Amino acid sequence: MERILPIDDSGAGQGSLRSYLTGFILSVLLSLIAFGTVMTGRVSAPAASAIVIFAAVVQVLVHLRFFLHLNASSAWRWNVLALIFTGVIMFLFVGGTLWIMFHLNQRLM
Amino acid sequence: MNTEAATIDSAYVREAPHPDTAAIQALGFWIYLMSDLVLFAAIFATYAVLRGNYAGGPSGRELFDLPYTVVETMLLLFSSSSCGLGMLAAYRGRKNPVLIWFGVTFLLGLGFIFMEINEFHTMIVAGNGPARSGFLSAFFTLVGSHGAHVCAGLLWMAVMIGQMTAKGLTPPVRSRLMRLSMFWHFLDIVWVGVFTIVYLMGSI
Repeated sequence: MERILPIDDSGAGQGSLRSYLTGFILSVLLSLIAFGTVMTGRVSAPAASAIVIFAAVVQVLVHLRFFLHLNASSAWRWNVLALIFTGVIMFLFVGGTLWIMFHLNQRLM
Repeated sequence: MNTEAATIDSAYVREAPHPDTAAIQALGFWIYLMSDLVLFAAIFATYAVLRGNYAGGPSGRELFDLPYTVVETMLLLFSSSSCGLGMLAAYRGRKNPVLIWFGVTFLLGLGFIFMEINEFHTMIVAGNGPARSGFLSAFFTLVGSHGAHVCAGLLWMAVMIGQMTAKGLTPPVRSRLMRLSMFWHFLDIVWVGVFTIVYLMGSI
């Protein structure tokens, strides 16, 4: 026998069919734009890099919003805070590594 | 007498599940996901440093087959959506649709892993294994770490399909399903980083 209890609305917040479909269509479009830009090769390299990175950033936001249902409501405050903190750590990690390693590379040339 | 009753009551309360258990567990799992993200950041940073060190070996442009990566990406995007549809059915307490959607998600994830193993196999057989160059070491570490996570997700999903069949959609099972779906969506986000930085930036 299955018991049906109200499930809490936190965690991976409850989505709706609409949010999953919106997320799916947007993420497929953004992926195809990114791959299309590189595969057709009609855009110059710096422009292609910019388009691809922009598409990736938007796609990550789409996934967070429509698949993980992250939003600004108070129930999500700690999740969003943890994400922002992680973002800072990642920036220090990746940015710091690249800065130091490429600087070192130049000096040893 | 009253004191005793009160003691028993409070003991009972302590045993009873906290009303916010699922929410607290979800936040705890979210913190784990964030720490996993830091792990991936370290591997991405390593890849970014080593991406040009070909040591006379092939570059990403020569190795990557972008249409193949498009198919891999689509498998993951479809699996994230079917996982979401499975969760919608789980919230409504309908077991069979949940089993079907998670079954579909499992097969899509398995397809992704097979494609990735095939890609690795093709590269290694052609002499372009992780030992070939710094770039390839970093490539196999980064893409392999994501693949290992997907494998762990598949194992977890198989266990959950078993639990649903055996126990039904009890509150603990649904709470676990929710965390599994968070994990699966999270892996999709990491894959966006992988295909952008490794496959696309490597082919420009």
